Amino acid sequence: MKGLCISDVSMRFELANNSHVQALLDINLEIQSGEIVSVLGPSGCGKTTLLNILAGFLAPTAGSVELNGVAVTGPASERGMVFQQGALFEWMNVHQNVAFGPNMKGMDKSERNDIVDHLLETVGLQDFKEKAVYELSGGMQQRVALARCLANDPEVILMDEPLGALDALTREKMQGLVLRLWKETGKTIILITHSVEEALLLGERLLVMAPRPGRVHKEYRLPFAEMGVGADLREIKKIDGYSQTREEILSMIWDMEEEIMGRKENVS
Amino acid sequence: MIIALIYVATFILAFIIVRVVSRFVKSRADFTSLKTVTFGDESAVIPDRAATIISIVGIFLIWGAFTGSKLTLFHVPGPFIGDTSFSYTAENAAGEKDDATVFVRVHRVGEIVDAPATKGDDTGFAKDDSVTIQAGRSGLIRSSRNDEGSKDEGYRIVAINGSPIDSETKVEIADGTVLMTPKGSLNFEPTEGWQMEKIWLPPPEDVWSRLVEIASKGYRNFTLIEHLGWSLLRVLAGFAIGCIVGIPLGYAMGLSNWFRGWFDPIVEFMRPVPPLALIPLIIIWFGIDETGKIVLLFLAALWIMTIAARAGVSGVNISKIHAAYSLGASRWQIMRHVIVPNSLPEIFTGARVAMGVCWGTVVAAELVAAEKGAGQMIVAAAKFQLTDIVVMGIILIGIVGYGIDILMRSLERILVPWKGRA
Repeated sequence: MKGLCISDVSMRFELANNSHVQALLDINLEIQSGEIVSVLGPSGCGKTTLLNILAGFLAPTAGSVELNGVAVTGPASERGMVFQQGALFEWMNVHQNVAFGPNMKGMDKSERNDIVDHLLETVGLQDFKEKAVYELSGGMQQRVALARCLANDPEVILMDEPLGALDALTREKMQGLVLRLWKETGKTIILITHSVEEALLLGERLLVMAPRPGRVHKEYRLPFAEMGVGADLREIKKIDGYSQTREEILSMIWDMEEEIMGRKENVS
Repeated sequence: MIIALIYVATFILAFIIVRVVSRFVKSRADFTSLKTVTFGDESAVIPDRAATIISIVGIFLIWGAFTGSKLTLFHVPGPFIGDTSFSYTAENAAGEKDDATVFVRVHRVGEIVDAPATKGDDTGFAKDDSVTIQAGRSGLIRSSRNDEGSKDEGYRIVAINGSPIDSETKVEIADGTVLMTPKGSLNFEPTEGWQMEKIWLPPPEDVWSRLVEIASKGYRNFTLIEHLGWSLLRVLAGFAIGCIVGIPLGYAMGLSNWFRGWFDPIVEFMRPVPPLALIPLIIIWFGIDETGKIVLLFLAALWIMTIAARAGVSGVNISKIHAAYSLGASRWQIMRHVIVPNSLPEIFTGARVAMGVCWGTVVAAELVAAEKGAGQMIVAAAKFQLTDIVVMGIILIGIVGYGIDILMRSLERILVPWKGRA
């Protein structure tokens, strides 16, 4: 089948004192090609573990992940990653960072430069291509990270809180950019976030995960991502359905947090 | 002790003077000057340029003042030089007393002078004497030698300039001290002053003229450039081999369990062993020629570079490695494009430390045994008490060491501009 197929994925970490942590339990998901999915949940619900399994950095203790019918066994360029920060190569300038993937594949220079120039224009950094990455602001660095990922033309883009370290205004701009890139490139995007608003705005599908064991608690199908393409995201936040869903998810996560705290108190 | 006190006094005085002066000079209104909390804010502590200049000039002034340098106007009191005299009173066997005068001429070290003339007042049994004494030394005055009846029982000297004196007592006079020896002779010690003799510390201009002399004529069959050059060459050879072996070893330890397990005990054991402690073993194994020195410097650099390279690999942000894999890089490509460049800042820090340690080690190794080199130059000079060469050598060794560090830092700025900015 076309798309990402996650079947019965479980992840169990054995600890030193003979106990274990069930980070994920029986996750079943089918993500169609071209979907944008946001994953939300309290800390410790296993969302980063899930993303690492999808990227191929971790092998699940049970179950399997398939992309277009081929099992995922390790990292590969068909599944690009965008990290929160610190993943750019400081010893390369903006152009070299974006060209990294095509360069590793041995693509010839003129073709590579065309791709890089086009992508830098898409993310609005055409004037910064000779700059060192440490000279850029946090928002610009994330634009470079997005462009670097896209330069490899991956099937799926996995984003691990890509906008988490940005200030509120930059973050809003970047959310618009992510939506625009999604629509323009038609990539499958799986985005992990801590922010309920971001999850609502950027998720065609929104998965709320719950901890102990890590599992998908509830799934939403939302119209906001589609509406948000090219529109003012602040206008979308005024829609009734948006604020209702937001309140619902917030109280859901609030209850989960309370439950974790409560359990901890019982233990101690 | 006196020098330390003067140094502290200079420090305090300069501080007060600069404070008072700067109150009248309009200060710049930069950002730091507007900070109200400066105590404890490290970024608000900027080296006071006036203090730096006074500090350096002060060291030379104190050096000059205590060595009688021609370059400084102010000097601490020097040793007494010139003619002086004192009288003594002798008592003969018959109980009679007579006065005589001792004429003393104190001259500079190395000068040859005639003994001062006596006044010719030779009435009585005690006769005048005349002696020459080198500055900073004392002179025995056999005043009784020409006195009549001095061999007789009961002859003795009873007073100096009228002050009574006895065996092993002192009398202070105008330009020195007179001490009576147990045998009854007089010993005159001219005032020494506070200045240091050239043999302890030569004045700055002597060191400078020695530098000019050795730079043109050389010392012990080798020119100054050769002495310093050989030391540097040994450092570079040892450091280079240390890097060639140490950096790949460090990478291997950072990337492979087997290498980490195998070399960890060796590296952790060898790291705290000071290279100087290896000198005896190196001499036993390799003798005192170049091989031994280069092996020693290799060992000095090796562990530092290994640990730096290992730290450089361990310090890579795992996101970078993950990102590179997701972008389709192979292991080899990750090594070349991510791990190596990412470890460069750590390796440069290690290289700076290693060069410093190597420079210190080479000088020490040359002190022990060498034909040429900066350390050999000063240890050979020390044997002949050529203190000016020793001081010059120490200053040159310091300058070269500082130069190496500055060079390494500027290389670092050029080659790893991203250091500390990731």
